[in-house]
Amino acid sequence: MIFFETLYAAPPQLAAHAPALLVVGPLVGACAAILAPNSRWAWMISVAASIFAVWMALCIAGEVARGGVVDYAMGGFGPPLGIAFRIDWLGAGMALLISSIGVLAALYSGHGLRSEVIQEKHNLFQAGFLLCQAGLLGLVSTGDAFNAFVFLEISSIGTYALIAVGASRDRRALPAAFNYLVMGTIGATFFVIGVGFLYAATGTLNMADIAARIATLNDSRAVQAGFAFIVVGLGLKAAVFPLHGWLPGAYAYAPSLIAVFLSATATKAAIYLLARFAFTVFDPATDFVHTFLVWVLAPLAAAAAIVCSIQAILEPELRRVLAFSSVAQVGYMLMGLSLASVAGVSAGLLHLGAHALMKAALFMALGGVAMSVRASALADFAGAGRDAPWTMTAFAISAAGLMGLPLTFGFLTKFRLIEAALSANQVWIVAVVAVSSLLGLIYVGRMLEALFFKPQPPGTARAVEAPFGVLIPLWILALASLWFGIDASLPESLANAGALALFGARP
Amino acid sequence: MTLAVTHLNYIVVVALMMIGLFIVFSSGNFIKRMIGLAVFQVSTGLFYISLAKVAGGTAPIVVDVTNSDGQALAARLDPAYVALHGVDGVVYSNPLPHVLILTAIVVGVATLAVGLSIAVRVREAYGTVEADEVAQLDRSEKAGQPA
Amino acid sequence: MTDLTRDIDASLVIDLSLLAMLLVLAVAIARTRQLLAAILLMGVYSLVCAVWFMVMDAPDVAFTEAVVGAGVSTIILLGAILLTHGHAEKSSAIRLLAPALAAIAVGGMLVYAVLDLPAFGNPTSPANAHVSRTYLEVASNEIGTPNIVTAVLASYRGFDTLGEATVIFAAAVGVSLMLGFGDLSAGRRTPDSMGDHHVVLGVTAKLFVPVIILFALYVQFHGDLGPGGGFQAGVLLAVVVILHALVFGLRETMLAVRPGFVRGGAALGVLLYAGVGLVCIVNDGAFLDYDYLFPPEIEAQIPPGLLGDPDHPHHWGQHFGIFFIELGVLFTVAAAMISIFYGFAGRAPVPPGTEAGQ
Repeated sequence: MIFFETLYAAPPQLAAHAPALLVVGPLVGACAAILAPNSRWAWMISVAASIFAVWMALCIAGEVARGGVVDYAMGGFGPPLGIAFRIDWLGAGMALLISSIGVLAALYSGHGLRSEVIQEKHNLFQAGFLLCQAGLLGLVSTGDAFNAFVFLEISSIGTYALIAVGASRDRRALPAAFNYLVMGTIGATFFVIGVGFLYAATGTLNMADIAARIATLNDSRAVQAGFAFIVVGLGLKAAVFPLHGWLPGAYAYAPSLIAVFLSATATKAAIYLLARFAFTVFDPATDFVHTFLVWVLAPLAAAAAIVCSIQAILEPELRRVLAFSSVAQVGYMLMGLSLASVAGVSAGLLHLGAHALMKAALFMALGGVAMSVRASALADFAGAGRDAPWTMTAFAISAAGLMGLPLTFGFLTKFRLIEAALSANQVWIVAVVAVSSLLGLIYVGRMLEALFFKPQPPGTARAVEAPFGVLIPLWILALASLWFGIDASLPESLANAGALALFGARP
Repeated sequence: MTLAVTHLNYIVVVALMMIGLFIVFSSGNFIKRMIGLAVFQVSTGLFYISLAKVAGGTAPIVVDVTNSDGQALAARLDPAYVALHGVDGVVYSNPLPHVLILTAIVVGVATLAVGLSIAVRVREAYGTVEADEVAQLDRSEKAGQPA
Repeated sequence: MTDLTRDIDASLVIDLSLLAMLLVLAVAIARTRQLLAAILLMGVYSLVCAVWFMVMDAPDVAFTEAVVGAGVSTIILLGAILLTHGHAEKSSAIRLLAPALAAIAVGGMLVYAVLDLPAFGNPTSPANAHVSRTYLEVASNEIGTPNIVTAVLASYRGFDTLGEATVIFAAAVGVSLMLGFGDLSAGRRTPDSMGDHHVVLGVTAKLFVPVIILFALYVQFHGDLGPGGGFQAGVLLAVVVILHALVFGLRETMLAVRPGFVRGGAALGVLLYAGVGLVCIVNDGAFLDYDYLFPPEIEAQIPPGLLGDPDHPHHWGQHFGIFFIELGVLFTVAAAMISIFYGFAGRAPVPPGTEAGQ
């Protein structure tokens, strides 16, 4: 944590308002992108706004390192009258993750958009991307339940259209985006209904205040229904099995920039909110929450890990394989959360971070190669490893992490998960992790084999090395994955602090 | 059953929500799905506003008790009730859910606009807005390609 | 308890009959396959909801629902079916079964849960007695606006309202990404507009436009004192432009209200709103803390009798802060709705030979 204190490199006046500026920075950037004269300017604004967001996230992390929690009252009105931002270690960690991936995605977008989106729409596209980022950053910082809904919708509404823009590459993006819109809106509305029940029972919308008041109301059916609806709503957004139907299409057919950003952040933010409600607002020791965690969440997560790994094996299209793998990985994260212990939650959060890095790199590498190979089936990418070695090696490094090979970050997180499961006496989780890792070996191995070892089929375009603008963020991600596999002290301490904060923040 | 009477509002709102949800899931037409989604979202608004109603209350706009409007309001209710639940001599309904639902309505129309624009693009790309036919076209296109 | 039921008896009858109408409408929407009928029924549904909101003492919400739900939503839906098909295919009985069962199951669970809520209209329920009560007690002193809903919306929960403006901005960005800016109509020959054939329509529209704009401005600036505010006013301004386009043709309207101008307007509105918050930060307050909007030197310059009674203390920061953010909301909402309309109206319809509209 000393690391963050030394990064506290902002004038105190700016740092004091970092929580607000974290969200307002990308928001202003989005407006500026619309007003920008051409797409080059829009890209520069996008990168600048994302860097500003990372800077603010670092300030917040520094402040949390010193004080434990950052409280910021919007409008100067303290909660519960006003809306308060409440950022503890978990929120700070998520904000850092989202903003860092945001910077890398913004850097990537300079080249990444050229082959997939027509020139006139770049301004709009960058604006939509920044709005999504602002929404996600607000989601992980807010301490007010309805404000969380508003940020959830800000991040989602732009995304639906951004995914649909992928229709220039593959028209299946359109029904996929529509499906995502319907499912996402139902999820958000379920969340609002749940918050309504909580409001009816407690009279307040501030999460800390709700937590204090429902401690005595555990027998109220309204509170239980509120919990159920919030959980189902967020489950839809987080692609919890069996509510994950929208994800494969949405990630596979979206433009690469969006696939990169969403796969690393969108479901993670929903999982964050789910954890926040399950552990901070509600007490995991209460009967119905405990029943939910052990008898609903854990089995569904296990099912996700196994069933979606099998689906990934059977899938012929490369991007869809990665998408199904995302759902399976979400299963790992949720299995960690369902253990309801600091070790389990910490393992889940660690995997969350690792998966974000790996998936972003995988989709970025594909996007880099997609400029030359305009295909979707795995077979059409065969031999790309030889033609675009730099790009594909980064792909291979991240894929190795996905498989869980020793010395990679992915291996470490699975190891921690097994450790936590054993210490909580849930041996069956160990079995599930083992089985799904085996399955993971198969589908990742299949991908790597086709990319590196199969000969290129005649008649398909040769892959071309991605330009520098793509290689730099790509290799940053891949190297981070490698580095953390060897020395994971930074993410581990962040994840641990986050897990402690989740349990510790009880009034 | 008095419980049903005092909660009838909520029960009907729940029925409306479920009808909206049913429309979304049962229709294959994209436009009809959006209409069902709109019904669902507005019904959520009805739920919140039902929570906000206070018996004998008026809209949460401050009314001066000393002028004629305020006196007319005060005259309709039992003074003890007003003293207990009123603010400065007038009973108001709860303003907070109103604010929340204002936001929710705007979010609803935003979603509607984006959803319909995607549906229009689907029509242009596929020639239809029926989910079954779109899936059929995708399947036959995939089958037509060499594996 | 008997006092309570007597007090809500009269409005309860109206309330329940309106809800019964809503049920009938919802079932009708579910059953019809003619999309034009479904859209019009949806419009009526929104209107009845607006009336119900009025009965429930929520005039701001009623206003917004009427304008947004019955107004703009209907227009966007009509635009959508003109660009797609006018009727839906019949769903087989099997396809209806699973959703029906799911709806009944979820509905049953909800009813079971809802029966545990406090009785309808109970003033001592947690929802009505906690934070909301505090708003009612302190808002007119702390903020200074009689309309408590505006005070909460613009000041206490002003950050949420910034989020709301951002949502509508995001929707405009999304629709523009999907459908463009209406430039497609610039080239093609527009059919004779309605105004050419129907003199009455043309003259009446010309008379209405300035009146509606005036009303929109009234709603905007009167939102502190009565129902109204930025959202309703913004949608009204957009409706004026839509009315003009429907009667006089899209090209005429686009010459008057240019798409580029509209595109920028949405961004400028959000910038204005966020800008107010940033000014507050610069003056050492929290984000959107209007008490810090003016540094003390400027505040001392404002003449005490500016807004009426010189003896009644005014919170200048709050007043002007709310004024500016409502202005920002007005720009954003109006521009976003207009650009959404341009997107739908400006899209070239499907080529002849395929089923289009009715």
